[in-house]
Order: sequence, then structure tokens, then C-alpha cells
Amino acid sequence: MPTDVERWKDEVYGEEIREHLMEFAETGWESIPEDEQDAWFERFKWWGLYHQRAGQESYFMMRIGTPNGVIEPGQLEVIGEIAEEYATGPAENPEFGGAYCDWTTRQSIQLHWIKLEDVPEIFEKLEDNGLSTQQACGDSWRNIVGCPVAGKDKHELIDAWPIARDLHDTFKGDEDHTNLPRKWKVSVTGCTEGCGQGDINDLALEPARKEIEGEEVTGFNVRVGGGLSRKEPRLARDIDVFVRPEKADEVAGGLSALFREHGDRENRYNARIKFLVDEWGAEKIRSTLQEDFVDFDLHTAGEDLREEYTYNTGIQEGHNDHVGVHEQVDGNYYVGLNVLVGRMGAADVLELADLAEEYGSGEVRLTQRQNVIVTDVPEENLDELLDEPLLDEYSPDPSPFMRGSIACTGTEFCSLSIVETKNRQVRYARWLKENVELPDDHEEFHIHLSGCTASCAQPQIADVSLRGMKTRKNGDPVEAFDVGLGGGLGEDPRFADWIAMRVPADEVPGAIANLIETFAERRANGETFREFVADHDEEELADLLEPEETDYEDPYMHNTKKTWYPYAEDDDMDASPAPTDSQGDPLPADD
Amino acid sequence: MPTAVRILDDGAWISVDDERVVSVSELWRLTDHDVCNCTTADFLIEGFVEVDVTETTILARAAGQCVTCGASAVSGWLPVGRIVGPDRRFAPLSSGDVRTPQRRRRQ
Ligand code: HEM
Ligand code: SF4
Ligand SMILES: [Zn+2]
Repeated sequence: MPTDVERWKDEVYGEEIREHLMEFAETGWESIPEDEQDAWFERFKWWGLYHQRAGQESYFMMRIGTPNGVIEPGQLEVIGEIAEEYATGPAENPEFGGAYCDWTTRQSIQLHWIKLEDVPEIFEKLEDNGLSTQQACGDSWRNIVGCPVAGKDKHELIDAWPIARDLHDTFKGDEDHTNLPRKWKVSVTGCTEGCGQGDINDLALEPARKEIEGEEVTGFNVRVGGGLSRKEPRLARDIDVFVRPEKADEVAGGLSALFREHGDRENRYNARIKFLVDEWGAEKIRSTLQEDFVDFDLHTAGEDLREEYTYNTGIQEGHNDHVGVHEQVDGNYYVGLNVLVGRMGAADVLELADLAEEYGSGEVRLTQRQNVIVTDVPEENLDELLDEPLLDEYSPDPSPFMRGSIACTGTEFCSLSIVETKNRQVRYARWLKENVELPDDHEEFHIHLSGCTASCAQPQIADVSLRGMKTRKNGDPVEAFDVGLGGGLGEDPRFADWIAMRVPADEVPGAIANLIETFAERRANGETFREFVADHDEEELADLLEPEETDYEDPYMHNTKKTWYPYAEDDDMDASPAPTDSQGDPLPADD
Repeated sequence: MPTAVRILDDGAWISVDDERVVSVSELWRLTDHDVCNCTTADFLIEGFVEVDVTETTILARAAGQCVTCGASAVSGWLPVGRIVGPDRRFAPLSSGDVRTPQRRRRQ
């Protein structure tokens, strides 16, 4: 039996949703018939609108897809203005204020508290400036990710940005690919450091060389079926295909069509292509692609560059997280700035837009570590840019705990969440910075915090992985984390092992501090944290990771999901003003 | 009218007559259950898997974990709430209520 979602998609999906969306925006949120809300909210995702969780009815999260994280000159100002004008809700966040932007791990932008009635104006403003929310959520081609400094970096085999851009232009709105069984996440990289994170995407194009008819050609090797969600993480699997850049769209389109035809539409939990690759194996994916979905002969895989990869490998080399000042191929510089947990107040976004304009080309790029990069800064502008007060907060040279922190959306807005995430991670990072000393040769240390097993913060590929849980403390339910260790990417990517389960949230900083203290004492000369973890078995690690209360205080131990907004003065569900009308005034209850 | 029940947002919610009524992240107490060996399981609901409605009861199977012993499982059909009154309103059980898996009876 097809799922409800498949039924709704059969009725209306893709481009045509827009017409209805605009009509509902005109007539107001309350004009959506109650018995059609579930269906419409599911469909609105295709246009980048995700209805927020219970207690926040009539408010939406809006996702803007910026392929490869590239924000072109002038666009950041538009995004900041939209955030300032439209992304303010009925309550403020104590760390971030009233209006803010989230830079996400898939190089997109999220705004919260958006009213349906404002969508036409927002879309117009976005589209006038070359931006869009199309397919940012929903069952189709999601935002394409890649090395955020593609085309600028000194370490690349091939500039993959034009290819990512071309795939984006080709498959956004292509009716043959708009209704897939599930989301379709693509990574395209040409850089030799491995920062495209292809291994955790449904489809990865990674740099490779191949001798074809006596000539060395640069292009991509193809991997399929990676992903982290649920407790089923998979690395993308090598399907033994090399593709030339000019054929990338045919192979990518062929694979997306293969997924459309063969993915599981009966069971959404089994729908991602990673499960089809499990079932079929890489060889059958390849042969089916060859027979049914492309009309030229596929090449076998070329020689990849995976052994050169440095990104998120634990060895502290290369451009790694892109934070800091780095020279570009054209002699200009890019300056990567740390944005703690990826959230930036709207006023700061506007300020950053000005700085990018003044000192660089106006372009800004987003990384897969929730940070921003100001590109194209001539050498003579560097000192002045680095002296700007905004960079005190968004530093190019932050503490390893600040730059290494990633956190997802969590109970603030997300329906699936088990625990509070971003504000807590801010407090963790500050406490660790004050209280814990990493060895000097560790400039990076990755702590990824996800509010549930969907793994939006990519916990399994961090030094320390935190996944939202519950436990009881003195009999009362409290927010907690499963703690994992030893994940990372590189030539030999590895998912974290889960070492300590259900650690109360207020004991997590103590546990990390204890572990790092032992690591600093016992490490062999030059041993990285990742190597140290790999050298110990789970039991030894569990002993080192000793949860403990410290002077760290956690204001979010209670069930934050049961509040209408975790940081509201009166956070009781019944105190929620939602749903509200276009002006934010409560709508009368209908019963 | 028959009561419409479904699971939304990839298992995050149970929706009853297009109202999102129960969400993941609750701790439910289970007896006579098959999720672990604890007499009373302290079951964290992480995702709803299936939902159904009988004459008077909404039942759901959930993926989750007993936070006492750590066992992960997909539960049997747990009562979520009841349909009450002439207007067939949904009345949820409270998270403190002890629940026992039931045999599903189609209406
Ligand atoms: C209620 C809804 C959800 C919200 C608000 C949400 C939000 C997000 C956000 C914000 C990101 C980027 C991460 C960040 O920087 O914060 C993301 C990525 C991701 N989402 Fe979600 N998400 C939702 C549901 C899901 C579901 C249902 C799944 C899977 C079943 C999922 C799986 C992922 C994964 C695995 C990533 C990141 C890893 C990757 O790049 O593949 N999310 N999501
Ligand atoms: S990991 Fe879970 S809690 Fe965090 S944003 Fe994704 S779905 Fe929500
Ligand atoms: Zn148990």
C-alpha cells in the first residue's frame, strides 16, 4: 500500500505546489482546510517550507538552497534583510536574539518563524536576486554540496563549482526528477583534501584521473548510497564509474532516475538509496545504470586522490575546516570565520555583507561545518578586515572547541528532536574553552551534537559525537546524550563508536574534560586524538570518558519538547500564542 | 466520520484528524511488554512506525529505547489515547500512565 505521503505526492507535487502555496498565502494560514493540513505541509517542503513543531503552529522554517554554499555578491545583504524583516517570532532566543540566520551542514540557509502570508514577498525578493527555496526540503534533489572554496583553492584537481552549478540548474525543476521516493543528496568535489564529504551523500562525485585513449583525463569517480540517518549510517559505495565533467549530468541524472524507478515507495524508512545499494550491491547499481539509464558506455573508475585527503581526518593539516586566512590561486585570500553552531543574528549578517563588499568581492561562502568564508580579499585589505570588531565574535582564529562545534536545530523548532541543541552547545563550547586544555598541536577538535538519530549535525563523523537521549536522574526524566568517539573522514572514513550511553546533559562537559585530560597525559608523541581513540578498545574508552557534574550549569534539563518554546518566560504549552494571524496575533481557538 | 490517523514528518508525530497529538521524545512506562527484560520498561519514544485505530483506541508501534536497561526495540501496539464522546474527540493517555501492548483489532 502506498504511504500517505506518496498518495499526496500523486495528487499534487513539484512546481505546481507553488500556485496553491501562493493562494493560501493570500487567504491566510487559517484558510487551509483542517483536514488538508497534513497533506499541504508535506507538500510545502518541496518549496523549502517546513511547518514548525507543536506549540508553534502557523510558523514555518524556510530553507534557501545555495549550491556549493556560494552566496554571490549582493545576495548576503538580501538574506540579512529578509531575516530581519520576516524571521522574527513571538519570543526571543536568549543567545541569539529575535532574528537570525542558520548556516547549515549542507551549505544552506535556514530562517525560522516565517509566516505563510509573507511568503510571496519573500519569494519575490529572493528570486529577484537569484536565490530560491525550491526543492530545499522534500523528496527530490536537495542542495548540492561541495568544497566551499572550489575554484579558489590551491589544492584542487578540478574546479567543480561550474559542474555543481550546472547540476543545480539542470535538476531544480526538472519534472523527471522532482518526485523521488525520498530525499536525494549530492556532493560534487574537485579538491584534493576531501572536504566535499561525499562519503555521507546519496551521490558523490569525487576527483579522479583516468587514462582514456592514451590521454590523461580529469573528472570524477562515482559513489552511491551514503547517509547518516536513523541508526543506519552508511558510507557511499564505489560503483566503479569514472565520469568526465561534461557527462556528469547524464550520470547523475541516470542515477537519480534509477532511484526514482527502483527506490522503495512503500516504506519511507527503507526509501533512501543507501538501502537499495545494500540490497543490490554496487555491481547491480552499475549494470542497471548502464543498461537502462545512460546511453553511452560508462568508464571504469579512475585513480582517485583519497589517500591525499586531510579534511576531518584528525591530522591537523591542510585547509581542513577552512577557518582562518588562506591564499587563493589568484593571489587573493579567503578568510574563514567561525560561527558558533552556525547561527548569526540578522544585524551581524548585514554587517558581514558590508565587510565582504568593502574588503573582498562581496561573495561569501558557507561551509559544511556551519561557518562562513569571505573570499577574494586582496592582500592589502587583510589587516583591516581582520581588525574589524565583527571578527571578535566570528573569529578566524577561534578556540578548537568553538570552531569544532556543530549543532542541529533540536527542540527549539524541530518535530523529531529529543533534546535542546544549539543553546546548549554554545554553553558546552564556552565551558570547554575556559576549562579544558587540548595539546597545542590540536587546533581542531570536532564535537557534533544532534538532537535525535536523524543526525543532521553529522555526529558520527566527529571526534566526540553527541546524540540526543533521555535518562532519569534522581528519578526525574532529564535530557541526556549518547556519547560516541573516533569518527572522521579521509581515506579511511570511520563512524564513531557509541561509548557511553544516556549521559545526563549536565555531565557531558565533565566527561569530555576527563577524556581530554587523559589523552593529553598519555598520548604517544605526536599522536592525534583520532589515533588515540583508535588505539583503545571500547571498554578502555568508557573508563576514560567519565561523566561528572562540574560547575557547568544546564538550564535545559527538563523536557524542552513539552514547552511551546524552550526559552520563553512562560514556556508552558498552553501559554503559546500560536497559531497566529499574518500580524502575529493569536487566532481565536476554533472549538 | 471515521477517525483519520497517520504518522507525519518521518515518524515525529501521530496525527489524529489532522491534529498533531503525540510527539516523539516522551518517556512511556510499559508493562507486559516485549521491548526488554525490565518489569516496567521506561521507553523513550524515538519514532512512530505504524499507527492504527480501533473502535475506541488509537494504537501505535514505536521505535525507541528503554532508558533503564538500554535495549532498543520496536514496540508492539501501544495505546496512545482513546476516542471519546459523541463528537469522537481524542483523549491522550498521559505520559505517566502505564501502557500494555494490545492485540490490534481492525474496526
Ligand atoms: C523535522 C524536521 C527536520 C529539521 C528541522 C531538519 C533540519 C536539518 C538541518 C538544519 C540540517 C542541516 C544541519 C544543520 O546545519 O543544522 C539537516 C541536515 C540533515 N538532515 Fe535534517 N531535519 C529534519 C528532519 C530530518 C529527517 C527526518 C532526517 C532523516 C530521516 C534528517 C536527516 C538529515 C541528515 C542526515 C542531515 C545531515 C547530514 C547530511 O548532510 O546528509 N533530517 N536537517
Ligand atoms: S538531528 Fe533530529 S533534532 Fe536535530 S534537526 Fe535533525 S531531525 Fe531535528
Ligand atoms: Zn529495560
